[in-house]
Amino acid sequence: MLKITNLHAGVEGTEILKGINLEIKAGEVHAIMGPNGSGKSTLSSVIAGNETYEVSQGEILLNNESILDDAPDVRSHKGVFMSFQYPVEIPGVTTTNFIKTAINAKRSYLGLDDLPAKDMLKLIKEKAALLEMDRKFLSRSLNQGFSGGEKKRNEIFQMAMLAPKLAILDETDSGLDIDALKIVANGVNKLKNENNAVLVITHYQRLLDYIVPDFVHVLHNGKIVKSGGKELAFELEEKGYDWLK
Amino acid sequence: MDLQEKILTSFLQLENKGIIDLDSNIHKIREKAINAFKKTGFPTKKEEEWKYTSLKKLLKYDYSLFPTNENTIELKNVKQHLIHEIDSYKIVFIDGVYSSYLSDTTHEGMDICLMSSALKKPKYKMIIDHYFDTITNKKDSITSLNTAFAIQGAFIHIKKNTIVEKPIQLIHFATNTEKALLLQPRNLIIVDENSHVRIVEKHQGLNNDNITLTNSVTEIFANKRAIIDYYKIQDDIENNSLLDQTYIQQKDNSIVTINTFSFGGNTTRNTLEFHQNGEHIDSNLNGITILNKKQHVDNHTLVMHNQPNCESHELYKGIYADSATGVFNGKVIVNKIAQKTNAFQQNNNILLGDKATINSKPQLEIFADDVKCSHGCTIGQLDEMALFYMQQRGISKKEAQGLLLYAFGNDVVEKIAIPELKYRITKLIAQKLNVKLGF
Repeated sequence: MLKITNLHAGVEGTEILKGINLEIKAGEVHAIMGPNGSGKSTLSSVIAGNETYEVSQGEILLNNESILDDAPDVRSHKGVFMSFQYPVEIPGVTTTNFIKTAINAKRSYLGLDDLPAKDMLKLIKEKAALLEMDRKFLSRSLNQGFSGGEKKRNEIFQMAMLAPKLAILDETDSGLDIDALKIVANGVNKLKNENNAVLVITHYQRLLDYIVPDFVHVLHNGKIVKSGGKELAFELEEKGYDWLK
Repeated sequence: MDLQEKILTSFLQLENKGIIDLDSNIHKIREKAINAFKKTGFPTKKEEEWKYTSLKKLLKYDYSLFPTNENTIELKNVKQHLIHEIDSYKIVFIDGVYSSYLSDTTHEGMDICLMSSALKKPKYKMIIDHYFDTITNKKDSITSLNTAFAIQGAFIHIKKNTIVEKPIQLIHFATNTEKALLLQPRNLIIVDENSHVRIVEKHQGLNNDNITLTNSVTEIFANKRAIIDYYKIQDDIENNSLLDQTYIQQKDNSIVTINTFSFGGNTTRNTLEFHQNGEHIDSNLNGITILNKKQHVDNHTLVMHNQPNCESHELYKGIYADSATGVFNGKVIVNKIAQKTNAFQQNNNILLGDKATINSKPQLEIFADDVKCSHGCTIGQLDEMALFYMQQRGISKKEAQGLLLYAFGNDVVEKIAIPELKYRITKLIAQKLNVKLGF
């Protein structure tokens, strides 16, 4: 599904990713772990197409097609979703209206008509229930005044609505208490199937107790320095990152 | 003949036309006003209050002060400019001339009618003598110019204990059939104790071939516990300009809100003065400006806190694209005896064009010591992270920009108390920002 080869990227002339190689197949869950400043968030931003970062070398293929020249919205239409570490607050635009706009933008890209209001409502109801979200959150301005947990739940709700092929969860566990963490992880697990893939980006092993990865990669100084199974996460939790440097 | 000379000659014509009573008190006020205008002339950029707004280009046209033809227009052609979905009172003018056909006035329990009759009929004499031209700024030369030619406009008198259910629409159409026309509507609005009224004011040109300049003055009196919601919709065609002076006097426990939506026109100057002459008064000043091309808007506000225990809340938002220019000048004066004053002022701007500019100037003069006053001014661009966030969800960059700009102005839109108007303004903003809101 996703194939990254020799990816170099940075911002304003400073290279942050220094040759990443990563392949994720449909049905898999991958975790990328690493200390602060190792390039984890840069990697997720670059996959999603944030124009702040410049790719100087390498390739990103989604289903064997390069997405490097695609704008973030086109990558989204092609099935890339990124749950933000810090979801943005947008006053005056309700969550419902925002997701409606997003869904219909995708449908228009796919050559489909707008989803009828009734079907949209049904879908929203169903996905909100999955995340145990109070309906009143949906009629509030997007993320405005939401707690950290509510914002992350809202991210996974949007993921559920958009049904991406590749979901990148960028530090989704930060700012979550254990109950919210369970709900969010449970949501992700229910959305998981053999046709999609999940890339979890995290500093701690905690989230991986709930979203169990097939592969764990350690990112250090812009490179993947070690890959392994889920047991690698436990090892990192125990020993820290220093032994890998 | 330059415009000023032409105006002075026209004033003599007005006196000779026989349409006004030369012996009335009103005419004495007019004479005083024309002399004041004669002395100072039109304001220039040399004056501090006009530093960033030049009238030079506007004044080079050979304006006629009285329309030569009486123009009529069909309702179906202008319906879109009225809030027609709801029942409302309407006072409609076409090139400054009252259109009874398009209007819907009343004298039942209140007077929603014409300035011309209020100035002439004896039954209004006491009211007119008591209120007319009592709160205008006599140093403002264009206000004086308006006073000199004060003949027509809206006269609204809501008697005490009246809740006016229907909004009042004050519409000034300009047919733009004359090469250049100067219109000078004069409005007087008096809301007595415990009464509540909502007013929508609009100036609308109908043809972009010619030029109309409107110099409008409105005096608003809110007596004890009166509530006034006032909406100024400035979305005129490109050739037309508006100089709008609004003076408000408030008594104890009254609440007055003036919302100014500036989306169009060539040059718009809004002079807005609040005078708090009582206690526990609430004054609200809200504005959204969305401009492009070479449009210019100048919001010049003054709040005079004369008495203790009052509040003022001021929130102006501006979005400037292309080479559009804006001015925000917010003066707040807290008198020595006006203790326990709460005065808040905020002006936020987004510049979209490299050549767009905004001059934002808060001026707080506080002479009392036990007050809460704050002001904030920001000038910025759109948040890149927010744009990326929305794009990530599949919304195109252009649409994301539109949504963010819409969100930027939203807190002002949320304050609109007439649902149909709120819907229209929302739509208008979406259209101005060239964004499909999708909801």
